[in-house]
Amino acid sequence: MDHDFNELRLDGVTRRFAGAGGLAFAALNELTLTIQRGEFIALLGPSGCGKSTALNCIAGLMQLSGGSIWLDSTRIDTLPPEKRGFGMVFQNYALFPHMTVARNIGFGLKMRGLSDANVAPRVAHALQLVQLTGQEHKLPGQLSGGQQQRVAIARAIVIEPPLVLMDEPLSNLDAKLRIETRAEIRRIHKELGRSTIYVTHDQDEALSLADRIVVMKDGVVQQIAAPHDVYAQPANLHVARFMGYRNVVEVAIERESGERVTVSGPDICLTGVRKQPLADGRACIAMRPEEFTLGADPGGSNTISGRVDNVEYCGRDSLIDVVTASGTRLYVRANGAPQAGDTVYVHIPVERTLVYPHE
Amino acid sequence: MTAPEAPRAAFDRVLLLVVPAAAFMLLLFIYPFLYGLALSFNPKEGGALANYAHFFTTDNLWPTIWTTLRLALPATLINVGLALPIAFKMRVKSPYQRWATTILVIPITLGTVLIAEGMLTYFGPKGWLAQFLQFFHLYEGSIRLTHNYWGVLISLVISGFPFAFLLILSYITGIDPVLARAASTLGADPRSQFRHIYLPLLAPGLAMCFCLAFVQAFSVFPSAVLLGSPAGPTRVISIAAYEAAFEQYDYSMASAIAMIMGFVQLVIVAAVLGARSLMYRGPVSAGKG
Amino acid sequence: MSASVANRGSRWLDRAWTGLLWGLMTLFLVNIGLMIAAVATNSFAKRWLGTWLPEGWTTSWYTSAWKEFQLDAILWVTVQVVFAVVFLALLIGVPAAYTLARRNFPGKRLLMLLFLLPLMVPPITYGIPLATVLYKAQLAGTIYGVILANLIPAAPFVILVMTPFIEQIDPNLESAARVFGAGTGRMFWHILVPLLGPGILAASLLVLVRTIALFELTFLTAGPDSQTLVVALYYAVFAAGVRAPQSVDAMAMVYMAVTLAWLLIALRFVNPTQLVSRVKEHPQPA
Repeated sequence: MDHDFNELRLDGVTRRFAGAGGLAFAALNELTLTIQRGEFIALLGPSGCGKSTALNCIAGLMQLSGGSIWLDSTRIDTLPPEKRGFGMVFQNYALFPHMTVARNIGFGLKMRGLSDANVAPRVAHALQLVQLTGQEHKLPGQLSGGQQQRVAIARAIVIEPPLVLMDEPLSNLDAKLRIETRAEIRRIHKELGRSTIYVTHDQDEALSLADRIVVMKDGVVQQIAAPHDVYAQPANLHVARFMGYRNVVEVAIERESGERVTVSGPDICLTGVRKQPLADGRACIAMRPEEFTLGADPGGSNTISGRVDNVEYCGRDSLIDVVTASGTRLYVRANGAPQAGDTVYVHIPVERTLVYPHE
Repeated sequence: MTAPEAPRAAFDRVLLLVVPAAAFMLLLFIYPFLYGLALSFNPKEGGALANYAHFFTTDNLWPTIWTTLRLALPATLINVGLALPIAFKMRVKSPYQRWATTILVIPITLGTVLIAEGMLTYFGPKGWLAQFLQFFHLYEGSIRLTHNYWGVLISLVISGFPFAFLLILSYITGIDPVLARAASTLGADPRSQFRHIYLPLLAPGLAMCFCLAFVQAFSVFPSAVLLGSPAGPTRVISIAAYEAAFEQYDYSMASAIAMIMGFVQLVIVAAVLGARSLMYRGPVSAGKG
Repeated sequence: MSASVANRGSRWLDRAWTGLLWGLMTLFLVNIGLMIAAVATNSFAKRWLGTWLPEGWTTSWYTSAWKEFQLDAILWVTVQVVFAVVFLALLIGVPAAYTLARRNFPGKRLLMLLFLLPLMVPPITYGIPLATVLYKAQLAGTIYGVILANLIPAAPFVILVMTPFIEQIDPNLESAARVFGAGTGRMFWHILVPLLGPGILAASLLVLVRTIALFELTFLTAGPDSQTLVVALYYAVFAAGVRAPQSVDAMAMVYMAVTLAWLLIALRFVNPTQLVSRVKEHPQPA
């Protein structure tokens, strides 16, 4: 099964668990996704959204309750994990504590029946790739967290799998190491030219690593798109909230013309861009704090006035809480240092005011 | 040995809390042992080694070592050998596991005396088992499972298997199952997972379990008397020691036999633990969890 | 994770192997169950010789066993021994466990070994020299000798159960109590005892169940007036020819009822595996 593939196809993959009171709930519902050779896919969502379930289903560590998984024209969801030939990096690394680094990395090759003479050079190459040459005779317990992490990656890629699965591989590392290892993972992925599926709850990781991001919530896919699209054009309000659109205000629809929608609420009158079909006269607008600009004059369109309630100085800019006359609180991230109590006018471009159906 | 380092600074009075327990153990565990050892070299008659010479030259004494080994080794192998695969099958937490552990703790708690009495009633020539076998014509001869070697062996399995099972189960459940999952994604089928992951990680625990089970079986006493034929094929070493002490009132000889018993146990344990030291010892979880 | 796609042969082998293991386990449990049932049946049997069930039923064996074996006296001795052992084992074991959990001192490993050995060396091995010493001290044959002998495995057992339990209690709680002005004694009563409660309960139940069933040490050190239930049962079985087997079985039922009642109570608070042994490896981090 170690052969290469052109595409991995998930077709309505579903996994149910017995929930409270005997009711089955779907931890993963109808996931349909096609992954091309060489792609880096991130499954992104809060904990409990089903992303790890999806990964375990692909790895074969969990049986499907419905749907199927295909490698080109071969159905693989009935195969046990050891027959699928994917590489996997686990959250807590899952290094075998009783084996040296070299034997950990060589384990997959040994299971494939390679002789020791054939294993050694490939292990050496993998060690080089993760920059751990010289550590091969240590036990995992003697390595730092970052080193263990790299052993886990080497162990997964040394078998030259057509697909590498990574389950929150950076969550146990400190912030600095996380960023370094992130770059490392991207480099290794490029170098191997194989596909990677990467599970994370961290938007930054997903945005910086992936070719495409699958955003999930409650077992259901919310959006599948390139990082820039997920960031700038969230498909719905859940995705918007998750991607940092902290300002969500419920408003009434005044008029729609093409994509553009003019909405109004108490003290607010804005024009924005429609992202989903709207109905029954009400909507929610979503805006990022950092896309506001701060001014002292009431001029121009798409401007909201309010009183500064609190200012948090963050170095490069400030996080400013602006409260409108009727009490709607807006989070604004901008330069300039207004004082609490000042009246300010914040402006947001039409194309950065996203309009969604209200909840 | 409880004394802390020279009390340069203020003496840590918390250390005093350990003194009663340590003193008690020294007085009632270590001292009797040393006393017995000294006594064994101080026989009723003859030189210092007379007791030991007597033991190894008397026909109803020295063969007790083999008699005991012939019971204890097979019993230990059966118990550990069966407990390992069954505990492995039950490693996943489930209602079965809870039930099995609860039921298996009963024979341990009841103890060997009650097991012996139960076996006399149940396995006896007129017991339910014999009736059952004859009723279904599974075995036509007369059933002799008590008052011989087999009776003692069965009783050692009944009391020893649950012990080995519970001990091994607690070792197996201590191994992070994610290791086996990692192995499976690397191409290890269930058999390889057992051989390359579980077995090496279990080895120290298994050695420990083997030692404890063996030492228990080697000191078999009540069931050898009640279920075996204490004059013949199940005259184990503890019976010899008991007779010396409480029938001949030769405490010196009894102590010598107890020392020999302890020595044989020590030799086997040292051999097993020595073999273990060649294997991996360390944490059985993944990473620095 | 079953090998559902392995080829047919190995799949069949897998099934057979699983079936064999379950079969053995079931066989084992069924036979244990039947064994206990046989004792129970016999204890209520009028006459039972070579038939499936006895010819008639009676409870008279219990009254005769009670009289013959003087069970009231034996039970009273058992209660005294068991509770004295539990109390004394806690009295010397808990403070020792506290020190071992909280302090590091030279010789600590040796001390741990001293507390571990009595649980690993079988009682009959050290019981004979112990009995010799107790006879010399004229304690053997008395209830005090029996209590002392039973304390040898009981006190270390308490220590080995309590040490990890105390280790997981945050030492800062004690520091906090001291900061707020509690002296050692008050700290002990107001902070440690309530926190240790569950651990002490578990340890005492475990020691209690083990002491009821501990045969060898009592057997070697008891006199006629200081026998516990299990030793009396041994003598009754040993002299089986003298007494009706039903009477012995009735006594066995009494013993079983006492043990199982306490076991059931204990199992509400502790894990079954804890009864086996605390002799568990604590691997050092590499």
